[in-house]
Amino acid sequence: MSATQMNQSSPNRPGDRLSAASETALLEQVCEALNEGSALNIQGGNSKAFLGRTAQGNVLDTKIHTGIVNYDPTELVVSVKSGTSLAELESILAEKGQSLPFEPPHFTENATVGGMVAAGIAGPRRPWVGSVRDFVLGTKVITGHGKLLRFGGEVMKNVAGYDLSRLMAGSFGCLGLITEVSMKVLPKPRHQRHLSLSCDQHTALKKLTEWAQQPLPITGACFYQDQLYLRLEGGEASVNNFADSLQGVELDPQFWHDLKEQKLEFFNNPEPLWRLSIPADAKQPSLQGDCLIDWGGAQRWFKTSDTEAQIRNQATELGGHATCFTAGITDQPFQPLQPLLMRYHKQLKAQLDPKGIFNPGRMYSDY
Amino acid sequence: MNILYDEHLDGAIPMPDRTALLHKLSIRVPDLHILRTDEELKPYECDGLAAYRVMPLLVVLPETIEQVQRIMETCHELNVPVVARGAGTGLSGGALPLQQGVLLVMAKFNRILEVNPEGRYARVQPGVRNLAISEASVAHGLYYAPDPSSQIACSIGGNVAENAGGVHCLKYGLTVHNLISVEIVTIEGERITLGCDALDAPGFDLMALFTGSEGMLGIVVEVKVKLLPKPQVARVLMASFDDVEKAGLAVGSIIAAGIIPGGLEMMDNLAIRAAEDFIHAGYPVEAEAILLCELDGVESDVDEETARVQEVLAQSGAIAVQIAKDEAERQRFWAGRKNAFPAVGRISPDYYCMDGTIPRRELPGVLKGIAALSEKYDLRVANVFHAGDGNMHPLILFDADQPGGLETAEALGGEILELCVKVGGTITGEHGVGREKINQMCAQFNDDELELFHAVKAAFDPKRLLNPGKNIPTLNRCAEFGAMHIHRGELPFPELERF
Repeated sequence: MSATQMNQSSPNRPGDRLSAASETALLEQVCEALNEGSALNIQGGNSKAFLGRTAQGNVLDTKIHTGIVNYDPTELVVSVKSGTSLAELESILAEKGQSLPFEPPHFTENATVGGMVAAGIAGPRRPWVGSVRDFVLGTKVITGHGKLLRFGGEVMKNVAGYDLSRLMAGSFGCLGLITEVSMKVLPKPRHQRHLSLSCDQHTALKKLTEWAQQPLPITGACFYQDQLYLRLEGGEASVNNFADSLQGVELDPQFWHDLKEQKLEFFNNPEPLWRLSIPADAKQPSLQGDCLIDWGGAQRWFKTSDTEAQIRNQATELGGHATCFTAGITDQPFQPLQPLLMRYHKQLKAQLDPKGIFNPGRMYSDY
Repeated sequence: MNILYDEHLDGAIPMPDRTALLHKLSIRVPDLHILRTDEELKPYECDGLAAYRVMPLLVVLPETIEQVQRIMETCHELNVPVVARGAGTGLSGGALPLQQGVLLVMAKFNRILEVNPEGRYARVQPGVRNLAISEASVAHGLYYAPDPSSQIACSIGGNVAENAGGVHCLKYGLTVHNLISVEIVTIEGERITLGCDALDAPGFDLMALFTGSEGMLGIVVEVKVKLLPKPQVARVLMASFDDVEKAGLAVGSIIAAGIIPGGLEMMDNLAIRAAEDFIHAGYPVEAEAILLCELDGVESDVDEETARVQEVLAQSGAIAVQIAKDEAERQRFWAGRKNAFPAVGRISPDYYCMDGTIPRRELPGVLKGIAALSEKYDLRVANVFHAGDGNMHPLILFDADQPGGLETAEALGGEILELCVKVGGTITGEHGVGREKINQMCAQFNDDELELFHAVKAAFDPKRLLNPGKNIPTLNRCAEFGAMHIHRGELPFPELERF
């Protein structure tokens, strides 16, 4: 199998999707792994390596494949090579007054765009604007058959074929190597206010549930140690009106950055860090230790020494799931899947990556 | 194209033994409502794409998830293809029956199971109508955002299968962005929940993969959708232009000004005239194009944005800008747009609706291309356009009673879609591929990409029993489709500029 081999298509059929030498290099590495039957451990900035399991295999570095392929602010779309630094992408968008509204965490300064999509982690604005996958419009992917293919595109609406692009988000590189991604972007909010209010946890959750049913300009809601932290964004008048009605204390906007990057004091606690993703209006899980609530109640972080079983039971009982964010605590950091669902995961993996070369064991020991 | 399933082009499928199937169903699912006579089957021979008609082997109308499971088990065991159908409003023939297949009609699943204002969700059966969800939520000040034009009739199960859009997608997203979880039954009769009650679920995002999969991977049996607080105010501006290109550029300028309108729609002169004639919406019939721009949210923000948009429209060369003075006028402005299809139906014996999406910047060129194609094929085309998200609905006016009328319209439509692909767009923005656009898939995807789609299918339905002949063409079909063009020596109308 040669990376430069062209697809034999008729003149009016779409053909070869290669666009850059670095893409050829990535394709060659994948083809080599396929020929040798050796596994690949896909790495961008390695910023999210602590999360999930460790993939076995030779390191494949995506950082050789960088650059913005296309950015037209009036189309609200940017296409980026996967090894591009996330910080660079965000600064290019910021120059045009736009951003990735789901606020992806970087965790380290060399985080890449490909890693952001593969990990699928969104920041504090998630409940109000959507997840990483919600903003994915298209991808170019090197598959487990050694082909470079394009799915989705640079348009907002596209229902031709199965939605493989959104499937790639959060798949931790287990279904293929993302070489390029097209994302929807949005203008930055016109006006922002940041406040903290003193209240107990029960009151905070109650208020958040009430507010969620009204058209209010909330885009960040975090609770920790009797303080409710709120971010309001939108038009000047609506933001100010609601902010003034709250009688809170102005908050340094840096708070939201530190929250998404896990730099707040809460995260320094040496106990293992668990993330419980549960319905926003769920009651507080009965777990020991310190808790920080984000996503208006839908994401609850625990620093706890409770057992994995206790934590998972609580999360499932409340309609959600739990992920361990501290490496080395458990061999299954992600919530185990029901056997039937796991069967379909394995069947899908076997179809898309029949030789099992992409990040084996990264999500679950089963694939 | 020949609409019948063609084993040479679409792959071999088994010829089921109808008697054996009926016998087994009567044992396995004793209370199942089955339609079997020609008279009973006739109403189900087509979906919203009425030009395509096929009589199914049988129609089954289950009422419980358990019945669906037993039906699927039985069909799987006897190798009988299954085509699922919701309200049958789809425009791409996705629910077109198969002569050798069972048509699984989900219409009896019509109950709203729960509306939960605290959790801001509704749990509904798949046969519930899209609009019924918003109607059931209105008392709580909530609504379900995706609003395809057929929302009064289309069902949520079909919306999931097609990843339905609507006029508010740019701001509020498609169906896939507004789902919390989906229960499906596999071809083997297993019941699985995709997604969960939280904002994300462990494992691969199979809910995203299933959304828009056109009944090829499983049957939707329950849906939990996200509800949003109803915006305080919605205001519509209508701008008229003496030039379509200016209207197209105005769309980009509104977005460049940092505004994401709730809806942003464009109609050309033919569509304006047809709609005005039908609805009396107050559209300027002499305008070459109108833009409808809806701004929604908190009143003060809407005021602010209205002023900005007015300014942008003036700078973009709008000849008039009118703000709907009250809710009645707003509804009227929208009624013209939402009834554009039937309105066009009044000025032509038949019309054929296309659904390409393009990068917005390509609009002027594509409109010129459509005009040239329209002239070449000597068929009128009215353009209705979800301008905010680049989704075009050219409506081709034709007469099916004329010999070759439908074929000519299809050929023109096919070329319009290929034009969309050439400028970096797609053959379908929201109507789906179904049976209708199966050949155009060959223009958008190469053989390796199609093979990967088939691999996805094989992970869930290795026997290819779910909706065969739809959505993803076989490589044989593409070879034939490509060859057909080459046999003519070159593409039709080589003198046309291609973008």
